[in-house]
Amino acid sequence: MRKTIGVAALALALTAGLACGASAQSHLRIGLAEDPDVLDPTLARTYVGRIVFSSICDKLFDIDEKLSIVPQLALGHETSADGRTVTIKLRPNVKFHDGEALTAEAAKYSLDRHLTMKGSFRRPEIASVDSVEVVDPLTIKLNLKAPFSPLLAQLTDRAGMMVSPKAAEAAGDKFGLKPVCAGPFKFVERVQQDRIVVEKFADYWNKDNVFVDKVTFLPIVDSTVRLANLRSGGLDMIERVLATDIKTVRDSPKLKLISAVELGYFGITMNLNNGPKANTPFGKDARVRRAFELSLDRDAINQVVFNGEFVPGNQWINPTNPYYQQAFPIPKRDIAKAKALLKEAGVSGPLTLDFMVPNGPETRAVAEVVQSMAAEAGFDLKIRVTEFATSLKQAEDGEFQLFLIGWSGRSDPDGNSFAFQTCGAPQNNGKFCDKEVDAAHAEARAKSNLADRKKAYETVAARFLPNGTVVYLYHRRVLVALSDKVDGYKQMPDGLIRVVGVKLK
Amino acid sequence: MLAFLTQRVLQIIPTLILVSMLIFGLQQLLPGDPALIMAGEERDPQVLEEIREQYRLNEPIPIQYLYWMKGVLSGNLGESMRLKSSVASLVAEKLPVTLQLAGMAILVALGIGIPAGIVSAVKKDTAWDYGANIFALWGISTPNFWLGILMIFLFSVTLGWLPASGYVRLGEDWRASLATTVMPAFVLGNAIAAILMRHTRSAMLQAMSADYVRTARAKGLYERRVVLKHALRNAMTPVITLGALEFGTLLSGAVLTEQIFTIPGFGKLIVDAVFNRDYAVVQGVVLVTATTYIVLNLLADIAYVLVNPRLRG
Repeated sequence: MRKTIGVAALALALTAGLACGASAQSHLRIGLAEDPDVLDPTLARTYVGRIVFSSICDKLFDIDEKLSIVPQLALGHETSADGRTVTIKLRPNVKFHDGEALTAEAAKYSLDRHLTMKGSFRRPEIASVDSVEVVDPLTIKLNLKAPFSPLLAQLTDRAGMMVSPKAAEAAGDKFGLKPVCAGPFKFVERVQQDRIVVEKFADYWNKDNVFVDKVTFLPIVDSTVRLANLRSGGLDMIERVLATDIKTVRDSPKLKLISAVELGYFGITMNLNNGPKANTPFGKDARVRRAFELSLDRDAINQVVFNGEFVPGNQWINPTNPYYQQAFPIPKRDIAKAKALLKEAGVSGPLTLDFMVPNGPETRAVAEVVQSMAAEAGFDLKIRVTEFATSLKQAEDGEFQLFLIGWSGRSDPDGNSFAFQTCGAPQNNGKFCDKEVDAAHAEARAKSNLADRKKAYETVAARFLPNGTVVYLYHRRVLVALSDKVDGYKQMPDGLIRVVGVKLK
Repeated sequence: MLAFLTQRVLQIIPTLILVSMLIFGLQQLLPGDPALIMAGEERDPQVLEEIREQYRLNEPIPIQYLYWMKGVLSGNLGESMRLKSSVASLVAEKLPVTLQLAGMAILVALGIGIPAGIVSAVKKDTAWDYGANIFALWGISTPNFWLGILMIFLFSVTLGWLPASGYVRLGEDWRASLATTVMPAFVLGNAIAAILMRHTRSAMLQAMSADYVRTARAKGLYERRVVLKHALRNAMTPVITLGALEFGTLLSGAVLTEQIFTIPGFGKLIVDAVFNRDYAVVQGVVLVTATTYIVLNLLADIAYVLVNPRLRG
């Protein structure tokens, strides 16, 4: 018995004596909502991975708060009059983490790697590039197969990340285990599902604006626990705060909340032409789908589920985006009109629809609100909560009539629309196909100025919004909570966390 | 003894083959397409096809199985599709974490469960007994994730004594390591303590009414000596067996607790792998834990035979 007491006393003493020692180095700890995938810019594909990349891998270009494209590792670019060549001047005196210089050769290597590596997820993004030429030691020229205006936007993301040719050549497809890029921080270690540690790169081209010595990324999946870590001082900032936790953050004097409207959207994909499940009045008659949209009150969804913190929307870009089509405002809820449309289409009695919803507390809540709203117009939605991986496969196979799904968003509107709206495109799960929409998208890709492109997208909106496969519902907010020790943080609309310029008090 | 050992070791081989087929077969039943989930938002048909080719997802399942077995037999557990690192290195990275957490949890369980069981048996039908029983009922019926979150709020957010989550390796800083694991170990140990307490109590009650205990008392021994030396020793056998079994279960990873406290052990590894349809990781981890379990079982059998010669033959 005495021994037991002794052990208990020892345990108590240990617990009481445990305290984390503060280090003199400034160390920023960031809580992520998921564990990132492989840290190879060519092979990576998750949103959370992009957050880590923004600390270790600089890109040719970046975006600013207004979504304008600004130079990063490039100094500038020039597109030829016919839009078929893009010449990019590189920033001089840029070094990779292994000391190698960023030359035109290295830039060509990185782009060629994106274009040719087996399993490269970047290839479809920059498939318009036919070849990369070295013009002089600091200039490259991209020869395009056809004019492609979203190209520069692609180079603000992973496709524009430059890797050290020496390290990439040595590591092959294992490069992601120890990435060597030209970003403000260099990779130190990664413990799978536990942490990713990076430290300040002494030879960074913009080192005067880096005020943090070390950054640790900690994936903490549970949002309550993530927030608890921030509140207890175990973390300095967290991403993807729940809309329902906003009040807790605002009420805490030691925390700050920073937000921006996301580039992506949440919406309902409808099955028009994918397998036997499309063979219903809903899949075949646009009036029935219009009736469904008219039964929804987007503002109420936002109020009920997200305390009004998100932004209701009806297009693939949010209402603050320069490409938003003002001529197509958010339709008001109109049950009478919805019922009339259903009657016109010859639908009598409640129309039963299979509503696939990926599992999650927020998605389930949205689905239930949609269900009760649509019921008033005469739709009987059968919510089928499905595990995420399964839902992707079933969407592909046409095993749905309605599918609640989001898109994380890209800075160019093309990235939010082309793959969903054109005939046979990979994300077009409801199989919408309209030659005019395809032609308008091709036009938007070929034109480079905003007015011309916006005009092309107007055609898309006119055809796709009333007849298409997606009812866009809302745009989430990028919600980042910070401890009051963190200063100088700026949120860009892409949701990524940029540590350059951040100071720790 | 040698014949017994040979026989038992030989029995392991068909068991392991069966286990490996089960693991492989069962996860093929999971709906979803590994290439599609791996591609995530970047679904390009050509890239998807390359992934399927690279990981032999287009081959018939028996062929995929044979490829996997060929690798396993030559010591290669395969490669994680999601992380591009070898499954063996992932397992090696997680094993010490899981061992530490399981070890601490079982210590908590024994430290609480056995004394509570003894007290409630010795002081049967008193307030002590009721108190211990209420504790056991609470321990069994409180969900791990709930207790975990409550503890985080109390000890990390409100009192600020312990880090809310995360993990530090023992070798790196043992004090910080204990600080990060003490709460999850308590959460895990607490549930097991309740079970151990109930078993200790009933075994003790049985022992306390045995003849040898009456004899010991008749000899005029102190009650404490009777309880701890004569009754407890005899009552411990089923409790130790149970404890060993629970330890085995802990080794396969504590899914919810690891998720709440962000402990990077087997539980988190396997959950992420299942959600991402990272087949090689699921197969590797399950195979390793199944093998550990079987080996532990074998060791237990050998121990029984050593202790009890009547089992030989």
